[in-house]
Amino acid sequence: MRAIVALMLRDMRIAVRVGGGALMGALFFLVLVVMMPFAIGPDLKLLARIGPAILWLGALLASLLALDRLFVSDYEDGSLDLLMTGAVPLELTVAAKAVAHWLTTCLPLVIVAPLLGLLLNIEMRAMGAVALTLLAGTPALTFLGLIGAALSVALRRGGLLLAVLVLPLTVPVLIFGVSASNAAVVEGAAFGPPFTILCALSLAALVLGPVAAAAALRYGLE
Amino acid sequence: MKMPVIDLANPTKFLALVNRVLPWLIAATAIFFAVGLYRALNAPDDYQQGATVKIMYLHVPAAWLGMMGWGLMCLAALGTLVWRHPLADVAGKAAAPIGAAFTFVCLVTGSLWGRPTWGTYWVWDARLTSELVLLLLYFGVLALYWTAEEPGRGARAAAILSLVGAVNLPIIKFSVDWWNTLHQGESIFRVGGSTIDPSILAPLIFMTIAFTLLFITLYLAAMRNEILRRRVRAMRLMQAQTLAEATP
Repeated sequence: MRAIVALMLRDMRIAVRVGGGALMGALFFLVLVVMMPFAIGPDLKLLARIGPAILWLGALLASLLALDRLFVSDYEDGSLDLLMTGAVPLELTVAAKAVAHWLTTCLPLVIVAPLLGLLLNIEMRAMGAVALTLLAGTPALTFLGLIGAALSVALRRGGLLLAVLVLPLTVPVLIFGVSASNAAVVEGAAFGPPFTILCALSLAALVLGPVAAAAALRYGLE
Repeated sequence: MKMPVIDLANPTKFLALVNRVLPWLIAATAIFFAVGLYRALNAPDDYQQGATVKIMYLHVPAAWLGMMGWGLMCLAALGTLVWRHPLADVAGKAAAPIGAAFTFVCLVTGSLWGRPTWGTYWVWDARLTSELVLLLLYFGVLALYWTAEEPGRGARAAAILSLVGAVNLPIIKFSVDWWNTLHQGESIFRVGGSTIDPSILAPLIFMTIAFTLLFITLYLAAMRNEILRRRVRAMRLMQAQTLAEATP
C-alpha cells in the first residue's frame, strides 16, 4: 500500500514540475474550446445546444494528450523495469499510475469545464450536469487510454497510434456522457439512465484497463 | 546467438496441410458460388423493395464474416498469449485484413441498399455505428501490425487489443434488439422461425456458405503467405548475421 501511494505521489510530483504535462491538457482544452466558435460561428443559441458535446470532445482529446508519455518516460530512464520487477502486482502499479494521471490531467479538465462553459453560453444548471458527467466519465477515458499507452510503449510508437487505438474504444463513454449532459439542455431527456451507464462504464474500465495494460507491458517488453 | 528459429519450427506440417486442402476448398467455393449466384439471381424480387433486395445476398454474408474475422482473432489471441504458439500469431495477423475487408463490404453494400429503401446512405443507427466502430478497431489492429518492427511483439500487442475490442461484438449482434432503430431486427435466427420467405432465404443460405468458404480459402492462403514471409525474414536475418561474422 505504501509503495502504491509513494508511486502515485512520485508521478504527480513529476507531472506538476517542469517538463510534466499536468497543465498542458487544460491549456489544450481551453484552446480547443475557443477554436470551436470560430469554426461553427458565434451563434449563442447553437453553441448552448451543442456546448456539452464540444466540452466532452475537448476533454476526450485533452485526456489523450499526455497519455503517450505515461509509460515512455519511465521506460526511457529504466524505472519501468524496476516497477515491473517490484513486489507490487503490475496491475496495481499501472492502476496507481493511471490514478495519478487522472488526478493531474483529467481533474483540472473537470474543474475548468464550467469556466469554459461560460464561453459556450451554457446555462448554470447544464454546466453542473456537464461537470458531473465529466467527473464520472473521465476515469473511463484514462483507464481505456492506459491500454493504448501500454501498447504503444511496447511497440515504441506513440502519439497518433495511441489515438487510433484508443478512440474507437471510447465511443460508448462519449455517447452516454454527452446524452447525460444533454439532459440538462434538451427538454424531456432523462439524466439518470445514461448517467448510471456512464458510471458503469467507468467501473468496467477500472477493471479492464489495468489488467489489459499490465498484460500488454508484460508481453510487450519481454 | 539467439535467432528467431522458433518462427521456422512448427508450421511446416501446417503448410503441408494447407497445400493439400486448398485446391479442394477453392473447388468447393466455386461450386457454392455457382449454385448460390444462380439461385440468388433467379430468386423472386421483394414485393416492396423490388430487385434491391438482392443486395442482401452480399450484405448479410459480409456482415457475418466481418464479425467472424474478429472472433478468429480472439481465438488466435488466446493462442498467442496463453500458449505462445507462433502459428497463433500468424492466425491472428492473417484474419485482420480479411475481416476488415468484409466489414468494409458490409458497410458499403449496406449504404447502397439504404439509399433506395431508407432514402439515405447513412444514419447514425446503433447497428451501423457499432459496425463502423468494428471497422475502426480493425484499422487499429492493422496499424499495430504496420508499426511493429518485430512480428512477435506486434502479434502480442494485437492479441491484447483483439481481446479488448471483443466487447464490441455482442453490441453489434444485439444492437437491433436493445435499441429500436432504423436497421431491421433479427429475421433469420429468431424464436418462431425465420420471417424471410423460403424462396429468398434458401439462396441467402447458399451465398452465406459460399462466402464463408471464400473467407476460409483466403484465410488459409494468407496464413501460408505469412508463414513464408516470416521464413524469408528469418533467412535474411541469418544471411545478414553470417555476412557480419564473415567480415572482420
